[in-house]
Amino acid sequence: MGLLEIAVSVAAALLVGALARGTWRTILLLILSVLAVYWFQPVIPLRSFDFWLPSLTLAFVILTWLVTSNAGAWRLRQNLYALLLIVGMATVVALSRYFLPKPILTATTPPSFLQYLFLVLILAAFILLLFLFSRRRQSQIITFVIVLLIVVLVILKTPALSQQASIFFRTLANRSADGALATDLRWLGFSYIAFRLIHVLRDRQTGRLPELALSEFATYVVFFPSLAAGPIDRAERFAGDLRREFRLGQDETLSAGRRLVIGLFKKFVIADALALIALNDALAIQVRSTFWMWAVTYAYAFQIYFDFSGYTDIAIGTAQLAGVKLPENFAAPYLKPNLAQFWNSWHITLTQWIRSYFFNPFNRWLRGFRSMPPWTMLLLGQLSTMLLIGLWHGVTINFVLWGLWHGFGLFVQNRWSDFAKRRFNVTDKRKQTALKLGGIFLTFNFVALGWVFFALTGPGLSWMVFRKLFNLL
Amino acid sequence: MDTKPRIRLFGVLLKAALLLMLFNFAFLAIKGVPLGRLSLYNSIFPGRERFPFGESRESYNLSLFDVDAMFASHVLNGTDKAQDEYRVLLIGDSSVWGTLLEPEQTLAGQLNATPISACGKTVRAYNLGYPTISLTKDLMLLDQAKSYDPDLVIWLTTLEAFPKEKQFSSPIIANNAERVRQLIHKYGLAADPHDPELVEPSKWSQTFLSQRRALADLVRLQIYGALWASTGIDQVYPRDYEHAQIDLEASRDFHGLTTLQNNLALDVLDAGMSTAPNMLLVNEPMLVSDGANSDIRYNFFYPRWAYDEYRSMLAQHAQEKNWEYLDLWDLVPAQEFTNSAIHLTPAGETLLADRIATAIQGTCK
Repeated sequence: MGLLEIAVSVAAALLVGALARGTWRTILLLILSVLAVYWFQPVIPLRSFDFWLPSLTLAFVILTWLVTSNAGAWRLRQNLYALLLIVGMATVVALSRYFLPKPILTATTPPSFLQYLFLVLILAAFILLLFLFSRRRQSQIITFVIVLLIVVLVILKTPALSQQASIFFRTLANRSADGALATDLRWLGFSYIAFRLIHVLRDRQTGRLPELALSEFATYVVFFPSLAAGPIDRAERFAGDLRREFRLGQDETLSAGRRLVIGLFKKFVIADALALIALNDALAIQVRSTFWMWAVTYAYAFQIYFDFSGYTDIAIGTAQLAGVKLPENFAAPYLKPNLAQFWNSWHITLTQWIRSYFFNPFNRWLRGFRSMPPWTMLLLGQLSTMLLIGLWHGVTINFVLWGLWHGFGLFVQNRWSDFAKRRFNVTDKRKQTALKLGGIFLTFNFVALGWVFFALTGPGLSWMVFRKLFNLL
Repeated sequence: MDTKPRIRLFGVLLKAALLLMLFNFAFLAIKGVPLGRLSLYNSIFPGRERFPFGESRESYNLSLFDVDAMFASHVLNGTDKAQDEYRVLLIGDSSVWGTLLEPEQTLAGQLNATPISACGKTVRAYNLGYPTISLTKDLMLLDQAKSYDPDLVIWLTTLEAFPKEKQFSSPIIANNAERVRQLIHKYGLAADPHDPELVEPSKWSQTFLSQRRALADLVRLQIYGALWASTGIDQVYPRDYEHAQIDLEASRDFHGLTTLQNNLALDVLDAGMSTAPNMLLVNEPMLVSDGANSDIRYNFFYPRWAYDEYRSMLAQHAQEKNWEYLDLWDLVPAQEFTNSAIHLTPAGETLLADRIATAIQGTCK
């Protein structure tokens, strides 16, 4: 998201917060969010995909709501209106090719109306079919949708599969497959959208999901301030904010403004400046000395933090103007004295999601193996969790290595903590402070070294950087 | 009881607007302060071997119009002249700057690689080339460079830098109107100080808000210092590039001129040659094509008639002025040019450096 998108988002949130009351606030936020799904989607080399991908996002939203809603919920007037509103907005965007001189709502001209109609009918038939099945076999259909979302996510995150998908779509459109790239299918915010949807689907399966109106649910999934870069909120908490009476007052505006200014400064001043000198594939080869290798690695560590936490601040500030209190995603992670605390304060909402929907169930499953020693359980749990977090960023060797790096790191730190607690009892305040500072230093450097895998595209380059960092070349 | 003073939103916004206005116009009041001289180069980062110039992020470099900042980032600015240093400044266009050449492959780099002595001192050459072709641009840099106590200034030039109509077309000149006017006044140049090509800054354009791009460039230049220090890279070196044109158009045109008489900025050349006591003027090597229409043109830049007239005019002018002058126009064979008729390969630069080294040794006064 650039400054223009942020400025428009802030202005829109400000207007909603200041003027809209009650259900109108939800309706306006839904309209704005649906428009944002199209507007934020960057241009991609596949024709009309900057229209189709956002449309598919909305289709997933409707499908997920239908299969998770209570029986008869779709017949309620407010839900029918919300459904009409979402489909109507998508239709307006599709029709905009006929009344706008050049594309404004989408990156390129939307497809012809006939094409739109054809694909909407196919999607509608598919959704309807699953919906009808879900009335009798809800749990199986929910599992099917979860698997579908994971398959799409895996295709998008796996360069080879993503490239194959691009070749497939190019061939389907009678275009040459020569220029197909793995980056062709840049589906804005899908990683976050998929995780929000899976959270809702799983909570429905386990009976923890409260009833949500379609307007609340759709706004939750594609809420425009958190569409591109999170955080990953929880549906019931988000709906609570929408149902709460809200009037944008002076204090809220000032607090949101402060958050926005901090976020903008972090992202567009600090992070963008650091991005110029942060570790990348080219610098991995070009940097000539150990000192400067450390400098560009640290630059990357701070760049990724300021970039991501800046965007989070902007999202939280913008949402606050519209009366939604998004969860925090960062809590001074680089000042944490151990890796476990780091992961409790870095991308908090993702970590919590993984903990709820993977780590805890996986650990419960592991406990079933009674002969397995506890340390093995811990190692397996931490390795697989961190591996999953790595794969969420992309199915590449380097993300796997990054996940394993942190998995092993967490395991070693856990064992060491246990050992140290039993062996040492430091009561002296100065020694405690020194230990804490030492812990911060070690944790930060461990995390910074982990970024070497994250920042680069191949293990060969990462190895080269490690050798330069430790003067082994 | 909550004693925290209540903050009023309107008050905050009003104060912010007032502070912004105040800061914006306060910036206007300090327009004479050469902010460009504030630099991290030559202290935190090593000075650059050549002026900052570049258009892409991959070059770890950027073009800016702030001459002070350009000099402040240059190694010349951070090098105290040693007792035994024979300081040679090289002025010129992209061929001196070294397009497609690493710093040590440029003329300055090659001169420094082989120890040369002049007047009993060790020669240290500094690359002050800048990749646009205009005598006025050279004069502007020369005028600033002379304060660095050179023992010898070598000015490499070519006909393309001479046409009067081309003098202000380079962006670095067009965006330094005040400096150019000072040059016109100081050296009595014939140019119009209010030439429409010179960008005249309005009061508004000198405020902080209008200058944000220039200020950001200044900051970026400092940040790129880290990349210069860590990689030694200051331009993109493509594996492949389009080679200089050998087959030429059958055109006799040279900037629409029929004769060079009264159309070349010789007054600027005279001014430049008067800036330092020890100057050497060099007509730089160029590609002499043997391809199609090479009977009409020497290369992409020059029809034969114009270049021949220029060479004879320059030789005569140098003789009349009693300048040290070297005409090296055909020193380098055609295969030693890269992407332009004046850009040399490392081997081409070696040929040039050998001749210049000999000339330096003979210029001791």
